Amino acid sequence: MTLILKDVTLKVGVDTHIYPTDLELGDTGFNILLGTTLAGKTTLMQLMAGLIKPTTGEVWFGGKNVTGVAVQKRNVSMVHQQFINYPNMTVFENIASPMRVVGMNKAKLNQRVENIAELLKMTPMLGRNPGELSGGQQQRTALARALVKDADLVLLDEPLANLDFKLREELREELPKIFENRGCCVVYATTEPMEALLLGGHTANLYQGRITQFGKTDKIYRTPANLKSAEVFSDPPMNIATVTKRENHVFLNDTVSWPLDKKYRKMVDGPYTLGIRPHHVSPMRTKGNSAEINGKVLITELGGSESTIHFNFDALSWVAQASGIHSYDRDALASFYVQTDKCLYFDSNQQLVEP
Amino acid sequence: MARIIMENLKHSYSDRPEDDDDWALKHLDFACEDGGAYALLGPSGCGKTTLLNIISGLLTPTEGRILFDDKDVIGLTPDQRNIAQVFQFPVVYDTMSVYDNLAFPLRNRGVKGTELDQRVRKIAEMIDLNDTLHQRASGLSADGKQKISLGRGLVRSDVNVLMFDEPLTVIDPHLKWQLRSKLKELHQQVGTTMIYVTHDQIEALTFADKVVVMHDGSVVQIGTPVELFERPQHTFVGHFIGSPGMNVLSCDLDNGKALLAGEVVPTSPVKQHPQAGAVVEIGIRPEFIHFDKTGLAVEVVRTSDAGRFSIVETRHKDQSIKLLVPEGADIPSENAFIKFDQAHTQIYADSRIIT
Repeated sequence: MTLILKDVTLKVGVDTHIYPTDLELGDTGFNILLGTTLAGKTTLMQLMAGLIKPTTGEVWFGGKNVTGVAVQKRNVSMVHQQFINYPNMTVFENIASPMRVVGMNKAKLNQRVENIAELLKMTPMLGRNPGELSGGQQQRTALARALVKDADLVLLDEPLANLDFKLREELREELPKIFENRGCCVVYATTEPMEALLLGGHTANLYQGRITQFGKTDKIYRTPANLKSAEVFSDPPMNIATVTKRENHVFLNDTVSWPLDKKYRKMVDGPYTLGIRPHHVSPMRTKGNSAEINGKVLITELGGSESTIHFNFDALSWVAQASGIHSYDRDALASFYVQTDKCLYFDSNQQLVEP
Repeated sequence: MARIIMENLKHSYSDRPEDDDDWALKHLDFACEDGGAYALLGPSGCGKTTLLNIISGLLTPTEGRILFDDKDVIGLTPDQRNIAQVFQFPVVYDTMSVYDNLAFPLRNRGVKGTELDQRVRKIAEMIDLNDTLHQRASGLSADGKQKISLGRGLVRSDVNVLMFDEPLTVIDPHLKWQLRSKLKELHQQVGTTMIYVTHDQIEALTFADKVVVMHDGSVVQIGTPVELFERPQHTFVGHFIGSPGMNVLSCDLDNGKALLAGEVVPTSPVKQHPQAGAVVEIGIRPEFIHFDKTGLAVEVVRTSDAGRFSIVETRHKDQSIKLLVPEGADIPSENAFIKFDQAHTQIYADSRIIT
């Protein structure tokens, strides 16, 4: 089923929490809300769930206007970052609780709980209390409870944020499989660009209460519509610089320039903002078209398989990321190569210059 | 500053430890060199916080000694040990200004006048808080508050060791990035011995010169990030470090040759022969596998786009093998051949490396 927000806003007193928002979320693949803390992800979810009423605008679900319909009257489930379970009930009872509320018959209820437990690999823990489980198992219990009632709308608010790195990796892989072919609309909030990419589906970039871009996840990662979206969807942060376009060249400063690709021929001369991802800046010359920058190394982080080098040039701080081990002393002078065909250019309104 | 020696450390929370499971810390012999940057890395419940508490003096180990340089510190309280600790959640005096927060540990030790002022200002400069020195600490964001906690640890010149217990948990990813490189930069500037506890491999590998990997109360490997990545001594290390972790594939060993479902796979040379009946496995990281025209015949099951690379899941007979493919490279659909980089293909017997 499809969830549609039509010109939804939320004001609390004089403060605007959500600026006018139009969004259409489908039921194939995850719908990801990506943004930093306080970007408005949780608020937007509460509006979708009917936990709060929008100041203006409408919420439609499955072809019906559900604006102002209380959450209890809609088939919604929500999982929070901080997992919530009933500590005095067994895992079985925890999972069964939403169906006890609606008075489902016993045989059907048992069947449902067992199926969902199997899916989430929780069968051996059904008889235990949540307190005896690891964090990952407790969060799986909370997930199972959200899944068991076959909700039409499932809202997952940073469900993996409190888990260990490896568990997060494991559940991130399992989650999309669990929801495959269930026909429900799944919304997933995260602060991590890499998580959004791996979950796939569609992503809405959020910044200070506004959606800056919405589209297929891999597409908006590679072609951010504006500078804000590029910044929201980049980890490590995108390298930014002011450049000048003159005739068919781009000038980064007095000494570094490169020929502009033919596809940008229509760009008018003048200043632009350049955006380039750290993995497109390398300490090694990779292709003939790479522009060389001379920088001063601030710090090198070696991650085992890849190196991340923070360096300064002019008054800018940039980051280069490359596979392999590249070690530099602090304040060392080094060359870095920009993969110029991966450069993004933004105009004075911070909009992407489309080729 | 000091060299920290842990000698035959063991700890149990039970009064009468009987079997292996009763020991939270099974056995540890390790020395942190003066001025080094170390990380204790492992999943929840591996014993890393126990170890941290033993070093800081919050916990007395059941067995063993801790020496700061040549001095046995068992029995000394945390303040007598002259250590500073930064916790998961920022600890600040809300009613005090940033300046007074930073000055607090110095005033407690009777430092006054220009010496106090100079030290506070120097540290504030390092952690980029010199513009907010006279603001109340309560008004700062999470990362600002965590910087204060950090600054309070750095401000004293007599600290033997600065310890971090998952200090970036509450920080947003884009700021996590900045704070992480800041920590590393500070370490290079001040040269205090630092111990960083985390479950996050990226934080551990990028921060530390040496990483202590823990699992189930035991140290499984101590090494540089590169060693942990290229030659994991134990399959747990291979799995835990790297995202996704190392592929661990069950195989047979015939005259020093590894056979994967009957096919010979070239590996590093076997150095010690396993005992009869040992479980033999091949360990190969996704980074060291590539698609080729010949090799192991696999079926491509799934591809996840992670931005700068894709994670490709393949199937060989009944085993799943993952490989990383850089952005822009071709990924075959359905049937394909893969090759392992021989020098990085290791063999493990009962989880321990034998190549």
